[in-house]
Amino acid sequence: MTEEVYTRKPRTGLYALIAVIVAALIAGYFLLNGGDDSEAAEGDGPNAGQTINIVGFAVPEAANKAIAGAFTKTEDGRGVKFKTSYGASGDQSRAVEGGLKADYVHFSVATDVDRLVKAGLVDANYDQGENKGIVSSSIVVLGVRKGNPKNIQGWDDLIKPGVGIVTANPASSGAARWNALGAWTHITENGGSEADATQFVDALFKNVVSLTNSGRDATTSFLEGNGDVLIAYENEAILAAQNGESFDYVIPDTTFKIENAGALLKEHAPAAEAWLDFVISDEGQKQFALKGFRPIRDDVDFGGTVEGAPDPQHPFPTVKHLVTLDDIGGWAAVKDKLFGDGKDGAPVGIVTKSIEKSGKATQ
Amino acid sequence: MTRTSGIGLGVAVLWFSLLVLIPLSAVVVTTTEGGWANFWRTITNEQTAHAIRLTVLAAVVVTVVNVFSGTAIAWVLVRDRFPGKALLELIIDIPFALPTIVAGLVLLSLYGNDSPLGLHLSNSSWSVYLAFAFVTLPFVVRMVQPVLEELDLDVEEAAASLGASRFTTFRRILLPSLAPAIAAGAALSFARAVGEYGSLVLLSGNLPFKSEVASVRILSAIENDNPAGAASVATLLLLVSLLVIVVLDVVQRKVAQRG
Repeated sequence: MTEEVYTRKPRTGLYALIAVIVAALIAGYFLLNGGDDSEAAEGDGPNAGQTINIVGFAVPEAANKAIAGAFTKTEDGRGVKFKTSYGASGDQSRAVEGGLKADYVHFSVATDVDRLVKAGLVDANYDQGENKGIVSSSIVVLGVRKGNPKNIQGWDDLIKPGVGIVTANPASSGAARWNALGAWTHITENGGSEADATQFVDALFKNVVSLTNSGRDATTSFLEGNGDVLIAYENEAILAAQNGESFDYVIPDTTFKIENAGALLKEHAPAAEAWLDFVISDEGQKQFALKGFRPIRDDVDFGGTVEGAPDPQHPFPTVKHLVTLDDIGGWAAVKDKLFGDGKDGAPVGIVTKSIEKSGKATQ
Repeated sequence: MTRTSGIGLGVAVLWFSLLVLIPLSAVVVTTTEGGWANFWRTITNEQTAHAIRLTVLAAVVVTVVNVFSGTAIAWVLVRDRFPGKALLELIIDIPFALPTIVAGLVLLSLYGNDSPLGLHLSNSSWSVYLAFAFVTLPFVVRMVQPVLEELDLDVEEAAASLGASRFTTFRRILLPSLAPAIAAGAALSFARAVGEYGSLVLLSGNLPFKSEVASVRILSAIENDNPAGAASVATLLLLVSLLVIVVLDVVQRKVAQRG
């Protein structure tokens, strides 16, 4: 048999299509990445010419961009350039651990920074400053369909029969652990025992209809018609509304405070220090607020109006009972207890088990 | 061995090693770091085992479907003349070209709860079959098509003139020539399905014991800083794929010999 037997007739149309797609991808790449360089303002500040590599989770990309814009207008920021990389929090953390160049990291959960501390890349004291290693903040909210047809008012409504829940999976998305903590502490911080909380979390996961691998996927799934309730973050709901994908949301009486960690790597460009100071300054926090994050200090003046919030004049209503990580003893106290995956024969976490049980019940 | 063929072999082995052999070995090595006990515990975890079973079952079913539908599509594309054929030729490759996450979005909007077709397949195990079928559609078609194009009609006519029925002609004349291509397409189709992730995560809802696939379990293990666990599932899938490829090759040789 000669080789010609397997030779295909050239399909010019197909090649043309491929060429177009490749060209579009290349053009798209330059358009997207070109944006980062254009943030650099001309000038000769003390840090001019330095490049700060930001590696972060996906959600604060818009806010960080706005902060970078403001930073380059300050004395310390003039002439500083940025290179940025955004993705799933855990993936980004593992990428930095694996050698991705970073000066400053911004992750959804502090455990992703702890991974870098363990790897010797971030100073163990990163959380000893005034901001305790926290650079942005939000709360867990319950997204509902327009007009709230199932009359969802709080966590207890989620376990009623017939309510379908969409949430990112706390087992595969570190960021989704805030959601599970919200459900868990709704019981434990209101006088319930851990057994009660376990029962509640079991019931909650039984109502889950879609368990996505990221918060973004959960929002997409919800907007495409899945479920009645989306366990989400307030800042994501506001940002979605700013991007024309609004959904109503309810703030439960008891809910959890989301605290996103930020840190400098041990080896960083000198300008990165000024950058971190700027991020946690009132000006930096104002930019976060405008994109839907709650400022890390109550006295930050962000102008009072946040577009995309249900009431832009009062974007961040006071939560009756806001539970924080400090209240429950920090990540160390809950990481394995709730989310352990049974590695090396360790006991499986309560939430991990709830997720497993939820599937068996419907089998 | 001539000098040039030696260079050719060297380049081929180097390229193959860099891209395939070394990464695959790394996966297996990572698995062994966790030890046999960890491997066994990981793959016998009920949730993981169910995810692996669903993945392999769906991959097998979809591959079998592809063997028939793919060969039929290739037949139509080669032997029939009809308006819009050129367009169909082009569209067949779209599952190749489309980024899988885009494919997932398309599938979700078509077969999700807001389905304009009235088909609600999201968050069920059907969604896994659907996503696999979508991304693997072109493999058998594209493997069989060029072979079919080069087959001489004379041979079939000769068989017919000697009194062979259409079925006998197909079984004794066509099938043995097509078998290697069908088997190669089936192997590609199975391997792709077993590792599929992007196109189904949005549609399937990743519900444990229902629509969760092996790649999602791998992701969960990685997220929990359990690379040995992730590698264990990957190694098992690797072994299953290898087995399927070997079985397909044996079957293909048997069928080809009957010609």
